[in-house]
Amino acid sequence: MIKVQRQDFDVGRELDELTRGNPRIGGVASFIGLVRDMRTNNPGGESITALTLEHYPGMTEKKLAEIEAEANKRWPLDASLIIHRYGRLEPGDRIVLVATASPHREAALAACHFLIDWLKTDAPFWKSEETPQGERWVAARREDDEATQRWKVAK
Amino acid sequence: MRLLYFAWLRAKIGTAEEELAPPSQVHDVKSLLQWLKTRGPGYAEALKDLSTVRVAVNQDYVGSEHPVRDGDEVAIFPPVTGG
Repeated sequence: MIKVQRQDFDVGRELDELTRGNPRIGGVASFIGLVRDMRTNNPGGESITALTLEHYPGMTEKKLAEIEAEANKRWPLDASLIIHRYGRLEPGDRIVLVATASPHREAALAACHFLIDWLKTDAPFWKSEETPQGERWVAARREDDEATQRWKVAK
Repeated sequence: MRLLYFAWLRAKIGTAEEELAPPSQVHDVKSLLQWLKTRGPGYAEALKDLSTVRVAVNQDYVGSEHPVRDGDEVAIFPPVTGG
């Protein structure tokens, strides 16, 4: 299931709903992405007061659905969920939730990792950061492309 | 043709969306971008370095040789940074 929304989500409730009524599921893997204040990782660096996520309505949902379908093709999943927020978010706020459920942990863990890596390079979202020096668009990271590339060769 | 711009490309071009009728020599993504560059300083600045520009036609990523036609939805944006 794909949800692209402005509002926050309740992780516990979302995971409950993902597995409810399916006793075949033996494991759930999840990844939660948060807004990070860069200063905490980079002492003396710029502080981020907020982040705004822009997206491409229509194509965002389409790409996320394709990514989810690809994960379901590669691994035996009983359920999967991607929630991605847009709009203005502050440090500590949740941005994204990826969750996968399967009879066994291997498929759930691998599919969850795949989904977040692939989503970062394929889903049309753009982050702009507010800093004391003004607004700045976040540049794409080569490490993210490499993380996705890995899934294109190895299963 | 419906043109959509996102992130800093939108900011530089100064609009999020417009309906355009490109001249007949515009037949693929490459020729469309070349023509857009001539539409004003904001376009020229936004499309100066095409290595930082991605294009989607009808909501699928495409390369510079991909054809564009009347009625297409063409989105132009920087590499994505979600997640």
